[in-house]
Amino acid sequence: MIQASKMYKSFKDTPVLKGVSASFDKGKTNLIIGQSGSGKTVFLKCLLGLHGIDQGSISYDGTELDKMTPQERIQLRQDIGMVFQGSALFDSMSVEENIMFPMQMLTNKSEGEIRDRANTVINRVNLIDANTKLPSEISGGMQKRVAIARAIVMNPKYLFCDEPNSGLDPKTSIIIDNLIQEITEEYQITTVINTHDMNSVMEIGQKIIFLENGTKAWEGDKEEIFSTDNKSVSDFVYSSKLFKRVRTAYLNKRKD
Amino acid sequence: MKKLILTDIDTLIIRSMGIVSFISFFVGGVVAIQTALNMENPLLPRNLMGFATRQSVILEFAPTFISVIMAGKVGSYITSSIGTMRVTEQIDALEVMGINTYNYLIFPKIVALLFYPFVITIAMFLGVLGGYVACVYGGFSSSEEFIEGIQMDFIPFHVTYSFVKTFLFALLLATIPSYHGYFLKGGALDVGKASTTSFVWTSVAIIIVNYIITQILLT
Repeated sequence: MIQASKMYKSFKDTPVLKGVSASFDKGKTNLIIGQSGSGKTVFLKCLLGLHGIDQGSISYDGTELDKMTPQERIQLRQDIGMVFQGSALFDSMSVEENIMFPMQMLTNKSEGEIRDRANTVINRVNLIDANTKLPSEISGGMQKRVAIARAIVMNPKYLFCDEPNSGLDPKTSIIIDNLIQEITEEYQITTVINTHDMNSVMEIGQKIIFLENGTKAWEGDKEEIFSTDNKSVSDFVYSSKLFKRVRTAYLNKRKD
Repeated sequence: MKKLILTDIDTLIIRSMGIVSFISFFVGGVVAIQTALNMENPLLPRNLMGFATRQSVILEFAPTFISVIMAGKVGSYITSSIGTMRVTEQIDALEVMGINTYNYLIFPKIVALLFYPFVITIAMFLGVLGGYVACVYGGFSSSEEFIEGIQMDFIPFHVTYSFVKTFLFALLLATIPSYHGYFLKGGALDVGKASTTSFVWTSVAIIIVNYIITQILLT
């Protein structure tokens, strides 16, 4: 479980996070949603420790990030997997080398063991015939799968995904969403996903946190988001006609 | 780490040999021809061409001129490769994994460029050889006269001075472009801008360090 308490973060004189508190549960897909500029990415990077926070605290399974010894921080880093918005694959390495990379750098396992583990996760994310290809030679959807495989190769306790569906078509997006949810439940990982894809919200939103202007404006799950009377959330989630119709149909069905 | 260092030696040192050899040979030849053409007084000994070529190449051309060229070739490669990693979040990915990014990205380049004096040694040899070929085959002096000039009044400390400069330039070539790439902010366009800025600042630093070292060691 990851717990963020009253987090404040500013860049120069511009406050980005204004006292955000949230908890992210183990074995669930926890979504952070909000408009562009609402502070989602900064919040995620603060949770990861890539940005320091001005006030507040972040704890991983009860241990505060600020109070961790350098050794504990190194261990925590190895327990974290991250899927970046643009996948952040290493251009000069093949798919297999990208996935093997964290194990080569951080473990003392033999080349054979590392290759076996890499191939296990490659099969898990259904990457077929791509081992020797470079990231530039595969599609965006496959790049996301490689990024997910690289993120889970070290058996992380925590998985962070920054807009994993950006640039993907709706069908591939749902496949990636479902893959993340399956992996989360299978390995009992605490997964935090930053998104503004409403399909993801409806599909895998087991816990949803809505950020608005650097504050937490709403918290719930994908069922509660249908019936919320929070105007900011409704305006954001049901901004398209399609989703408005879906919501009306859902609420009518519940009345019946 | 060993693999990274060997890769950087290949990229930064071995793959620079072609352009360095080409430029050194022909600039050495041009230096010799220019010297020959400026020797109008028939009383001046013909071995002066070899002497002038050797001094120009060893003292300034090989260490300084080649380093400015390397600031363009190697420096912009370092800035753009690290900068691209920054804008595509690859450096963030390394940090999330718990990898020391300075150690992974910059240290191997510093170690690789410790082999830079070998490049300059070859530049010195080819510069003088280019001068020899231009003088002898261009009919400006005989082979014996040119070789006599190369050996005339040779001061070994000049080579030491040249390699002290080279070593310092190697450090500048590794660190300034790495800094501009690592701390890059923005997107693809900024990678291009950072490469240009890094070339300018590396060249400026090389020229200033050259002046200071010359003042300290040769006066």
